[in-house]
Amino acid sequence: MLEKALRGSPKYWGWVAFLLVLIGAGAACWVWQLTVGLKITGMNRDVSWGFYIAQFTYLVGVAASGVMIVLPYYFHHYKTFKHMVIFGEFLAIAAVVMCMGFIVVDIGQPQRMLNVMLHPTPNSVLFWDMVVLNGYLFLNLIIGWICLEKDRLNLPHPKWLKPIIYTSIIWAFSIHTVTAFLYQGLPGRHYWLTAILAARFLSSAFCSGPAILLLVALLTKKVTKFDPGKEAIATVAKIITYAMCVNVFFFLLELFTAFYSNIPGHIHSIAYLFVGAHGHTGMVPWMWSAAILAILSLILLVPPKLRDCQCLLPWSLGILVAATWIDKGLGLLIGGFTPNHFEQVTVYWPTGPEIMISLMVYGTGALVLTILYKIATEVKQDLGVSQKIECACEKKEESAAQAPEAHAHAH
Amino acid sequence: MNQNRRHFLKFVGLSAAAGLCFGPVRGLMASGGPAASSAPAETAAGLRAKRWAMVVDTRVLNSAETIKPLVDVCHSQHNVPDIPGNKNIKWIWGAPFHEAFTDMNTNYLAEGVESRQYVLLCNHCDNAPCVRVCPTKATYRRPDGIVTMDYHRCIGCRYCMAGCPYGSRSFNFGEPRLNLDLAKLNKEYPTRMRGVVEKCTFCVERLEAGKVPACVEAAKGALLFGDLTDSGSEVRKALRGNFTIRRKPSLGTEPSVYYII
Amino acid sequence: MQYGGKIITGLVIFIGLVTFPLAFNAGKAAYSQPKLKMPAKEKECIESAAFMRKEHMQLLDSWRDWALRDGKRTFVNSKGKSFNISLQNTCMKCHDNKAEFCDKCHNDAAVSPYCWDCHIQPEGLKK
Repeated sequence: MLEKALRGSPKYWGWVAFLLVLIGAGAACWVWQLTVGLKITGMNRDVSWGFYIAQFTYLVGVAASGVMIVLPYYFHHYKTFKHMVIFGEFLAIAAVVMCMGFIVVDIGQPQRMLNVMLHPTPNSVLFWDMVVLNGYLFLNLIIGWICLEKDRLNLPHPKWLKPIIYTSIIWAFSIHTVTAFLYQGLPGRHYWLTAILAARFLSSAFCSGPAILLLVALLTKKVTKFDPGKEAIATVAKIITYAMCVNVFFFLLELFTAFYSNIPGHIHSIAYLFVGAHGHTGMVPWMWSAAILAILSLILLVPPKLRDCQCLLPWSLGILVAATWIDKGLGLLIGGFTPNHFEQVTVYWPTGPEIMISLMVYGTGALVLTILYKIATEVKQDLGVSQKIECACEKKEESAAQAPEAHAHAH
Repeated sequence: MNQNRRHFLKFVGLSAAAGLCFGPVRGLMASGGPAASSAPAETAAGLRAKRWAMVVDTRVLNSAETIKPLVDVCHSQHNVPDIPGNKNIKWIWGAPFHEAFTDMNTNYLAEGVESRQYVLLCNHCDNAPCVRVCPTKATYRRPDGIVTMDYHRCIGCRYCMAGCPYGSRSFNFGEPRLNLDLAKLNKEYPTRMRGVVEKCTFCVERLEAGKVPACVEAAKGALLFGDLTDSGSEVRKALRGNFTIRRKPSLGTEPSVYYII
Repeated sequence: MQYGGKIITGLVIFIGLVTFPLAFNAGKAAYSQPKLKMPAKEKECIESAAFMRKEHMQLLDSWRDWALRDGKRTFVNSKGKSFNISLQNTCMKCHDNKAEFCDKCHNDAAVSPYCWDCHIQPEGLKK
């Protein structure tokens, strides 16, 4: 099936070339970082994790979110998602690849990274994070590839794949829980030391991940003949809306605990992010933008008429992704480390090289996603499923629905 | 024909992979230790304890001037680079009360207590979060209570820095030798390389040679160092006779550094 | 055969590249072990020269774990002599010039161990 990614239109190759240039430019910065060290980043003695680990955290959420498509289809036989499942799994693969990329560029001695496997340390959450992420990658590779291959050959899925798929559904919840455990078990980091951090991570993942999936699916619909189908899009949008409601609700819970208890440790990080501290207000515009965008995304997604409007949906989803990204990709890490253990503020902001290297990792993920989606959309095209109808008038839709196809719609 | 060839190639591939696995395993099993039984032993001259602890007399070590000699001797003995800015490295330093004891929100402090500088260093916690989170056991707690570093194994993930509630750890963001006076290095102690985390190790190399830590020696009695489990040790005597506090005790880390206020 | 010209040209280039080292070194003197500057005072190392040549990396690996992780810094060699486990303060006290001793074999073997990123070579670091 890989050969499907080696043939494409000029637009396809143009996009791949753009990604390769982006990756190359970022790689040059990465070589520089490997030579002189992490001092080219903005990280410092107080904010010792920064942009890289924040992107890792956000992308683990995106990877886990594939389960929002897989679970309804396999546990509840929700047939509408039959042809979207592979796209969820492939997005998970691309996201996990990016997660690992961000870890590799962040550690100080990357050539020693196998030490985590050579000297297993079960009391360290980072060890388990490595285990669950690698496991999830393999699960999705096996499941995605075999399912797609069998579909292409019009063969039934092998029976032994079912328990593996069920495992991957449970596993998806575990990867983001373990990633949350990285943070929520650290004494002294009061912004993270909350039992609902894992719940916040999962709710944020289950709105931002499917939102990204839907955005990519809508983009794929624009540039290929693939059409996920109105019902599938509508259901995913409903899932995203519910998850975002829970996400915002959980954040409000944090605010209540911090400000009603008035305990300084709980308050200080949130205050730094939203009001500033010791004269440092760099994060304030970002966090308020995130808050406004989050509310705006709910306003645009909760009313069914607005949620189902296909012209408005990409914008609503984009706003949601921006809001969740600022919260997890900037606020979470910076807020956790600021103020530091001495109640002082050391400002952190990613440097240019840091962003370039991050773009290299994002570009690599986009490339993996492009290749996998190219294969998946071509297979669907060969099978004649989920294809765009040339003219959107009702009569043609009815006749296309009546045409005999190899798979039944939900009745 | 195609199926047979595919089957054959799969078989060959798997066998080659299995064969590659066996090679190193055999190699690992073959190389034993050095020629004879040469089991290593503890150095005879070394200082031993069941749990090392330190007591800081902040009535004596109370200012930048009194603390600076400790910092200088520690940093010069251990080739700690002097890096300007916020990517700095420090094993021991002085800080004011509200930075040292952030969980004591006491206002109207006793005279002098608020204006004093306090010696801060790694607390060598009994229940160290840094040890708990290190994924490679590059930082680990010795049986005598000292939390020390194996710089050879550290992958520079900085999880220990996130885990430490006291800010005791520093990361080598760049090559440390660029910020060291190469003519004044202590040749009996290595430097570190970029990409690893470092911190105070209660001078384990000096303890092995029968000497107290460098800062204890330089403090001339203002820093007490001894075995917490030995009720007759200096540290226990000081703890019995004086009111002491530790940093962030509510976190359950059980630090080994006590401060006489 | 089809594409015969291209195949034979490719083969010739390939064989040329593969045998280039042999042709380049033809006529040159055979490889000789480098002359190492031996320690002036001490005649006996931790173990025999043959053992050290073969196993010094394994020995240092064991030393590191014994000294750092087990807290055991006295090593008794096969002849019963005791040594303090320390690369810089035991090994390098006798082998006091990295460039004249360690580097000689390491360069020939195209090996660059990173010990010296941290452990300070006894002849000192150039500014």
